[in-house]
Amino acid sequence: MERLFDFSDYDQLIPLVQNSLIAGALLGLMGGLIGVFVMTRDMSFAVHGISELSFAGAALALLFGLNIALGATLGSIVAAVIIAIMGSRAKDRNSIIAVLMPFGLGIGILALALYEGRAANKFGLLTGQIIAVDDPQVFWLIATSVVVVSALLVIWRPLSFASLDLEVAEARAVPTKTLGIVFMLLLALAVAASVQVVGALLVMTLLVTPAAATLRLTSSPVLVPVLSVSFAVVSVVGGILLALGGGLPISPYVTTLSFAIYLVARVIEKSKSWKAVK
Amino acid sequence: MQTNPILEIKNASLAFSEKAIWSNLDLSVNPGEFIAVIGANASGKTVLLKAILGQLALSAGSIELFGEPVRHGSRNVGYIPQHRQADSGLPLRARDLLRMGLDGHRFGLPLPSSKTNKRILEVLEMVGASDIANTPIGQLSGGQLQRIRVAQAVIDKPKLILADEPLSALDLKQQSVVAELINEQRQLSGAAVLFVTHDVNPVLDYIDRVLYLANGKFRIGTPDEVLRSDVLSKLYGRDVDVVRNQGRIAVLGSSNHDHHENEKWI
Repeated sequence: MERLFDFSDYDQLIPLVQNSLIAGALLGLMGGLIGVFVMTRDMSFAVHGISELSFAGAALALLFGLNIALGATLGSIVAAVIIAIMGSRAKDRNSIIAVLMPFGLGIGILALALYEGRAANKFGLLTGQIIAVDDPQVFWLIATSVVVVSALLVIWRPLSFASLDLEVAEARAVPTKTLGIVFMLLLALAVAASVQVVGALLVMTLLVTPAAATLRLTSSPVLVPVLSVSFAVVSVVGGILLALGGGLPISPYVTTLSFAIYLVARVIEKSKSWKAVK
Repeated sequence: MQTNPILEIKNASLAFSEKAIWSNLDLSVNPGEFIAVIGANASGKTVLLKAILGQLALSAGSIELFGEPVRHGSRNVGYIPQHRQADSGLPLRARDLLRMGLDGHRFGLPLPSSKTNKRILEVLEMVGASDIANTPIGQLSGGQLQRIRVAQAVIDKPKLILADEPLSALDLKQQSVVAELINEQRQLSGAAVLFVTHDVNPVLDYIDRVLYLANGKFRIGTPDEVLRSDVLSKLYGRDVDVVRNQGRIAVLGSSNHDHHENEKWI
């Protein structure tokens, strides 16, 4: 139990994880924003599918001694493009994802089995890092989040229109197909960045849970992104700070925080509807 | 000043894998006209709207919207879809739906703007929906949602309103309320309306002309010219009775009950 929450030498530890904190805040910002569209476009399962192929890419990169971030990104882009092209209908999409996912995991596991380096590296790709985000990795994360966040801000309105009201958006000459492909590419970048910090199996805790919690609480187009980003940032940064002392992976802390926020959101929603009935 | 037609369909044919939906269709819609598109299931009514929106390619002929060949949709079109219960979890209030109709196609964030707000409130009031401005659309009743849909369609002052079975799934009273609302908005804005429906009665008092589709053929004219036993019998190629009773019209013997399997593809 002591190892779970160890806050001795905290003042000396913080500077060491500065990189991780920056990376975490950026991931939260990006995940919270793109999560809104993951929810409204009903893409939760796609996030999972993309992250497994991203894992495969990262594992292959590890095996061949290449840049892991690049491998993760290439893997998720391949998955996103396949899903975007073949899965324009929700039903097709789910089955394509379900077919891709185990294949990706399988390749990744093979690559890890053949890899002879540090075991922590292997595990990290699936379940998250032990707080170690080095400088080149931080640079990669910053670059990815800047690209994803700024692209989302630019296409926010037409993408919302296409996601929430497809038929009318099409009639009003919104390029819904192009937006759909652009969104998938942004999602691929966001997933690849998240895989490197929280691991392939836990990506949804950043890209789905905060937005899902938010939609329980509000439908205001201003509050939705603000709350979703806050929840995601609190989960990641909070998770890193809690994990700091014990030398354990950050992911259980991040996922627990994110899950707790979701639970609280549901309770608040319930109590609101009880009040409304009274 | 001579007015040019808003929509001009010339000699248009549309076929799905050899099977003709309709052929040699000619229709010219003038500003402010209210035209009902009626016909049995699978007669190609919705397909016609899709062709006008450039979502389906004609197999022959041409469609010009506002004097130009159709592209994928248009900012000068207001579109009212069929009523579908919205998912209650969607982050979308009535006023947000209206806003998308006004500036949803533009880049950037939907930042609060007093000009935009003013227009939204103005249109909400016009359709008598001010009280539900902040209600999530998943919580609206069928009639309320279609009211908001009408508001969304007119908020950007379109020249043409395309309505695809906007009254289906509404009860009779709501049907007449929404139909009246669409007509009112047409008169206020001068937009033409192309109104797809399987029942002409809710809009009978408002329409200038009827486009009746059946058997890959069509007839266009005033309701009195088209909705007649002899005309429709010829169109269907068998005996059809048009019965008028207390201002309502019923077309008897026209639905292809033995062709239910065809109903889905529109």
